[in-house]
Amino acid sequence: MNFSGNERKLRTEQSQPVESGVAGDMELALKNFRHSVVAWSDAAYSRPRTIVQAQPRQIARHGSWRLATGWALGCAVLAGAMAGVGYERHQRQEVARVAAARAAEQQKMISEQQRLVREELARADEEDLLTKVDSDVSREVPSAMEPLAQLMAEDERQ
Amino acid sequence: MMAAGTALEPMTADAAEEIAARALDPANELVTAAEEFSRVVERHRPQIFRFLLASTRDMDLAETLTQECFLKAHRNWGSFRGESTAMTWLMRIAINLQKDHWRNRRMQFWRQTQNNSVDMDEASEWLASGESSVERQLLAQEQVRHVWTAVKGLSERQRTVFLLRYVEEQDLSEIARATGLSEGTVKAHLSRAVGKVRAELGGRR
Repeated sequence: MNFSGNERKLRTEQSQPVESGVAGDMELALKNFRHSVVAWSDAAYSRPRTIVQAQPRQIARHGSWRLATGWALGCAVLAGAMAGVGYERHQRQEVARVAAARAAEQQKMISEQQRLVREELARADEEDLLTKVDSDVSREVPSAMEPLAQLMAEDERQ
Repeated sequence: MMAAGTALEPMTADAAEEIAARALDPANELVTAAEEFSRVVERHRPQIFRFLLASTRDMDLAETLTQECFLKAHRNWGSFRGESTAMTWLMRIAINLQKDHWRNRRMQFWRQTQNNSVDMDEASEWLASGESSVERQLLAQEQVRHVWTAVKGLSERQRTVFLLRYVEEQDLSEIARATGLSEGTVKAHLSRAVGKVRAELGGRR
């Protein structure tokens, strides 16, 4: 099926300079372009063709295979990415848990040390107090015992 | 496998069967509609094919899209109210099919590394036989190649508008109806397209 040659020729000949800005070489180039496309289209339209009935199915099958492969690959990539994200999150949670446990352990140790220090200080205070009481008690002797106390002090010095 | 040595109607078996089935319907209205549609197909198919060929530079794809266009038109022929010309209506379907085709290709996971589009040299080999001398033929071929190069660089809309204007020789209002754009927008796209073609022609001279 070809174009009506006369009709096309008429249209082509009747065609005005299409735009006011299109003139000279440009117009000639566009005219040549139009003729070229028309000639190409005429030739392509009336070319003898071989219809291969199985071809569309083949193409469709090929296309669907490509599509299926594409989807499969896409799904695999997506699954991999999701697994990676899950693993990463799990790892982070694990690290956070370990860090929290360590912090708790350290806190516990610090508390224990503080407790020990407090106990030590308390014990030291108690000993000082007892020593002071002892010395105070030893110093505050009745006047009747005064000579004896002096003797004891001398003994201690010796 | 069925081989045919003569020019065949580029119509799928499904489409032909569908049309034939409708034509055989006892209702006269349907027969008339089928005849009318057949006339429309006969009259406008070359032009639709030419537009799609120029848009895609792929003969097989242009044929496939032409078939799809007329199949779609046939299915909706009952709803065609004649508000625009049949050509404008068909061209609108063709433009939408072409758009869908490129959109679908973009949605694919990967593009085919090589499609069936012919290159600029091959497309520009076709010339009207009216050129008198070899020199003029070569000059024309060179110009056509430059226009093709520029057309390749145009956006989808610019290319559509450009081809409708300078290959199909439609006026701005027809292009606006076919593309669904306003005349002002058509003008703007056309102006940009022409500017690019001019730059291509000027730059390579």
